[in-house]
Amino acid sequence: MVIDRFGSLADPPATFALTGVRVIDPSTNTDVVRDLVVADGVIRNGDAPSGIPRIDAAGLVAAPGLCDLHTHLRTPGDEGAETIASGTRAAAHGGFTTVCAMPNTDPPLDDALRVRGLLAEAAHAAARVRVVAAATRGRAGEQLTDHGALAAAGAIGFSDDGVAVAPAAVARQALAYLASLGLPLVEHAEEPDLAAGGLMRGGPTATRLGLGGWPASAELAIVERDLALAAETGGWIHFTHLATAAGLEPIRRARASGTRVTCDVTPHHLALTDAWVAGDRHFAWENGHDPEPGASAGLDPAFAYDGVCRVNPPLPTRDDAMALLAAVADGTVDAIATDHAPHPPERKAVPFAEAAPGLIGLETALGIGLAAVAAGHLELSTLLAALSTRPAALIGEARSMAAGSNADLVVFDPQRSWRVERAALASRSANTPLVGMDLPGVVRLTVAAGRITYDAGLIGSE
Amino acid sequence: MTATWISTWTRRHLLDVDELSRAELEAVLDLGVELRGRRAARELPDSLRGLAVGLAFYEPSTRTRVSFELAARELGATVTDLSVAGSSVAKGESLIDTLRTLERTGVRMVVLRHAASGAPYLAARSLERAAILNAGDGTHAHPTQALLDALTLREALGSLEGARVVIVGDAAHSRVARSDLHALVRLGASVVLSGPPAWVNPFAGWPGVSVVTDLATALSGADAVVALRVQRERAAGSGVPSLGEYVSRWGLTAEKLERACPGAWLMHPGPANEGVEIAAELSTDPRSLIGRQVENGVPIRMAVLSLLAVEMDRW
Ligand SMILES: [Zn+2]
Repeated sequence: MVIDRFGSLADPPATFALTGVRVIDPSTNTDVVRDLVVADGVIRNGDAPSGIPRIDAAGLVAAPGLCDLHTHLRTPGDEGAETIASGTRAAAHGGFTTVCAMPNTDPPLDDALRVRGLLAEAAHAAARVRVVAAATRGRAGEQLTDHGALAAAGAIGFSDDGVAVAPAAVARQALAYLASLGLPLVEHAEEPDLAAGGLMRGGPTATRLGLGGWPASAELAIVERDLALAAETGGWIHFTHLATAAGLEPIRRARASGTRVTCDVTPHHLALTDAWVAGDRHFAWENGHDPEPGASAGLDPAFAYDGVCRVNPPLPTRDDAMALLAAVADGTVDAIATDHAPHPPERKAVPFAEAAPGLIGLETALGIGLAAVAAGHLELSTLLAALSTRPAALIGEARSMAAGSNADLVVFDPQRSWRVERAALASRSANTPLVGMDLPGVVRLTVAAGRITYDAGLIGSE
Repeated sequence: MTATWISTWTRRHLLDVDELSRAELEAVLDLGVELRGRRAARELPDSLRGLAVGLAFYEPSTRTRVSFELAARELGATVTDLSVAGSSVAKGESLIDTLRTLERTGVRMVVLRHAASGAPYLAARSLERAAILNAGDGTHAHPTQALLDALTLREALGSLEGARVVIVGDAAHSRVARSDLHALVRLGASVVLSGPPAWVNPFAGWPGVSVVTDLATALSGADAVVALRVQRERAAGSGVPSLGEYVSRWGLTAEKLERACPGAWLMHPGPANEGVEIAAELSTDPRSLIGRQVENGVPIRMAVLSLLAVEMDRW
């Protein structure tokens, strides 16, 4: 049994050599087997200096460190669910070297002092923490926060996540103002009236379960609105955790006509479906598990109505999941972001309608992606680009495996799989319906900003 | 008692009728008939003697609760009524905590009524020894109502095989409609749903079910009609412009029933809003089975309790 060792950004820079590792760098379109030398936290060319740890890494993959655009660290206010320490350890365990903390905390991150405080606290964390600040004060959708001051404090985007910026006029103001700062409005696309009462995605499964349905139009209504606003104001709109196929076409169209629009999807909206609420436990792309709408075969009492499947936006239909996956493959979707949303058991072991929405994702994102790769729906390099270099570029971070770069990378074993179990998770919470399932790809080493933040015995011990 | 039903039943809980095979459904109905006869003859078995049954009604329902309570007591059970008002339930104790406490006091069977769809599934997964009997959850299921509806219709029609049953009203928010659909279709009937589009369209594509908005069209050739209770607060707002509009288009009257087969039966899960979903004149109509539905309530619940009690000895 390997002992997980977590490090921090405050540790001394790392020095080691991996021999015969498969190095994939989507930013340069390279995929070669070579030696990877890291000395004093910097990737070096040539032979490894003598006296440094040399590890045979044949069969392992090294790639740029993963970057999550959407993480709920639950700090301040809900440290029972997650803390900066536990959330960034979960990140490191999942291969992430950067997480973007979302502002729907209690109190919310709508104030520059609070943002500076959070960033200062994160200096010793196991992953780089960036902040998406609240777009409006108290996330109330009325008055803009001090975008300039928040940007100066380190905010890399603005969002009222948890909800959309509901009043169109306020969203328009935010986009127009943010254009002057070159930063995005990160929109949780959910029209509140249409989504009201929605507990899961509307459709045959919701009807069968007698759970309020959230129509796909709830997302499309905000996507269309914000694309119009972005086009008009010259602002940058970033749609986060897209969950329907309907929004993809207008995004493609708007982008082609010059609107600054980017978007991300979560691993769970690519792989899980609304059938999971009825107890199904098969990924969207697995054939032969297509419960007949309304037929009794689809409801498994062992898993049906599990509050752990309640998430916002809700799990998509199978067709939507496949369309989102195809949009990652063709580049329409810029990034895979986790929407890591930890909750303690008492907020999930309740009737479905009472369950807090959200599931954790930092530690399972790579595995879900690798499962999609194994099923032939994504190229490995496309997956890694969507998890690392492309999101990093959106927030102005460099990722490179070239000599001279700061070491910021993940090393994983694509041949091995692991079982998702509470004891195997670094997060304080275990709210994922993947518990009990096996996922491909075991992270062996994570290096953030030259520091070893996670080591599953690859460098440090046997 | 007869042994046939014992061999077909292997379930620990009754969460919905969707999981029951046709043979199991028939077995429950047969046992219901048998127990109804024994009850009339005052020859009920005490098959639940020594068994503690808990009634956990998180949503008020005098009819269903009394019916379960009578069924359990007459079969010899000790009944604990967890009345929600004044109990720890009102103090925010979680459903699981409450049911686990009930279980620790020796309750082996919990009759659960809850406003949240799926609550009985959570309960069933959370208890180690007790069986869960769903007495209605949210807008999802009401299995014993479906069983007594199926029994009532089976007796009126002789068989459900090939029967055409129309369900009128807010099926989307009706646990009775959902469970009726599963039971009736599995027993060989075809079901036509009629009502405002928002209330019936979500069921388009269900096996054995067709959706016909226009009531006159839906009724043609019907062997039986089930009128669902209209939640008045729901009528104006989510599905139909006004209650008046609903009454004029989907309220059942003797005149509209002319479109159905001669002698078509009329049912309603009760309590009915007379003058809304059914005209007052219809409650006393000879075609009405509403009284027989009520009469079948206790025997059907006895049948389910007995089957779960037999199965209980096996685990
Ligand atoms: Zn969100």
